[in-house]
Amino acid sequence: MAFLDIEHLEKSFGPMKVVKDFNLGIEKGEFISLLGPSGCGKTTVLRMVAGFETPSTGAIRIDGADMVGLRPNRRKIGMVFQAYALFPNLTVAQNVGFGLKIAGVNRTDADARVAEMLALIGLSDLGPRYPFQLSGGQQQRVALARALAPRPQVLLLDEPLSALDAKIRVSLRTEIREIQQRLGITTIFVTHDQEEALSISDRIVVMHQGIADQVGSPYEIYNRPSTRFVANFVGTLNVIEAEVTDPAKGHVRIAGAAADLGRALPSGKVSLAVRPEMISLGIHPGRETVLDGTITDVHFLGSVIRLKADIGAAVLAFDTFNATDAPPPKAGARVQLSLSAKDLLLLQD
Amino acid sequence: MTRIGAWIALAFGLGYFALPLIGMTEFSLKMRRGVYSFDAYAKVLADPRFQETFGYSVFMALMTIAFGVLLVVPTAYWVRLKLPRARPFVEFVTLLPLVIPAIVIVFGYIRMFNTSSFLPLTGTATGTNLLLMFGYATLSLPYMYRAVDTGLRTIDVATLTEAAQSLGAGWTVIIARVILPNVLVAVLSGAFVTFAIVMGEFTMAALLNRPAFGPYMQLLGANRAYEPAALAVIAFAITWACMGLIQLVTRFSKHTKAAR
Repeated sequence: MAFLDIEHLEKSFGPMKVVKDFNLGIEKGEFISLLGPSGCGKTTVLRMVAGFETPSTGAIRIDGADMVGLRPNRRKIGMVFQAYALFPNLTVAQNVGFGLKIAGVNRTDADARVAEMLALIGLSDLGPRYPFQLSGGQQQRVALARALAPRPQVLLLDEPLSALDAKIRVSLRTEIREIQQRLGITTIFVTHDQEEALSISDRIVVMHQGIADQVGSPYEIYNRPSTRFVANFVGTLNVIEAEVTDPAKGHVRIAGAAADLGRALPSGKVSLAVRPEMISLGIHPGRETVLDGTITDVHFLGSVIRLKADIGAAVLAFDTFNATDAPPPKAGARVQLSLSAKDLLLLQD
Repeated sequence: MTRIGAWIALAFGLGYFALPLIGMTEFSLKMRRGVYSFDAYAKVLADPRFQETFGYSVFMALMTIAFGVLLVVPTAYWVRLKLPRARPFVEFVTLLPLVIPAIVIVFGYIRMFNTSSFLPLTGTATGTNLLLMFGYATLSLPYMYRAVDTGLRTIDVATLTEAAQSLGAGWTVIIARVILPNVLVAVLSGAFVTFAIVMGEFTMAALLNRPAFGPYMQLLGANRAYEPAALAVIAFAITWACMGLIQLVTRFSKHTKAAR
């Protein structure tokens, strides 16, 4: 049995079922991300774990104890919200110490814990300030410290970085991960940002229409997506329609070029997918499938240049590194692209 | 041209409101023939009935405010949090005291709670005081509810509640330590309006036969010349002090910049 067990969880709002047969086991100290587009049910799952929504059916257990029916204030769960939710009438130190005061921790211990938490988030000097005197990033750090101060069993993060600007998001997500690892606290992180989920999670649950489409490590989710939705949602993906020429041996034809997938395929047409970084400009050893195309778009992104080429059957996006001695091809240029058949993913619905 | 017109309108408005007050104040100072004096004020303030009725009304106002806060803050909070669809209905109910005259309300009270009713509140002084306090709370409900509801609109009630719950707080703690302090300015403005209403209220206190400030003012007005004017100035001063306090509290609130 996992530390946090979610079994056959379902939630309906009126006739609409927003979470369908959701199952997940989370080990102690694990960092799990619920990833999916808006309305996929990820926040509803989180809110059911927190106790803010009552499941229609199913079970939630933390360390063996049934949570369904237990009031949110009895669950010993810390939560960080997208809108920070700091109490405007309390100072930073009072906010962090709020849960300790409720728990009846004596003043000396509470003060020590507040100081420890403020040091943990690097805001030791800001204890006497009010929330409105802090930046968004600082407020979210305080919210994290406040959630952690009472030593919760589980930490829930509901899109905590969404309201912050891009640079702060990157630094704060790293900070959140470091703090989580240092404290070894079991964490569920809800996000619609795949980069965030990929960069800080032990495992990711990709959700789609109330269902957990795939659960796996960031590497598995990115490289071996099990459904077309996961493949499309996580990272950029080129989808190519290919004709199966030998179903038993896994031979296909893509825009006139042959590729050997080395595994049995259904006959007829199949949808194959390939990540941009698996396509090379020019002919490269080990990338035996060569496609002819015309450059349609060039996007300079700094260290990486993203290009798009029309190969007839599809427009493929691919990346090259920036190099001062090799400028990228211009739009309209005829190019050859190479890829390896082993990098082609067979998409299933 | 528009600018001049605006100034004229402003001057007319100020004159319309200020002249009667100036006239009344001037009259209240003319008790001693030929010179301005505070004789009328001294006489009013020295009157034991003034002290008694003023003290009674202040006490009733404080009780009404306490009752109003206990009734309105949790109600407005709950409606915002759990019953948003009921808001128009609740708002309509809170507006009823503006369209139902106080005399109708108090006659209803007397019929409902007279000595031969199931709950004979008018049978004792304490019971009648309680009834009067409920009446005052009803009269001030439109102002108190609106003030608190506006205060609640400036904070993210749902998220703050959930944040407090996740930190172990129950409903009482949430209302007392999270919601109430964050709508305190709004509650205080509602409280000051309530105070002003109670201090000047006549109908309910007179019909329930309670020694309140309103009936005393009426009594004095019917029998004296200069003292009623002095009393009216005092009553105005109390109202204005309440308004000033609302402004002061708003200005000195530490966390008025609280973001939603």
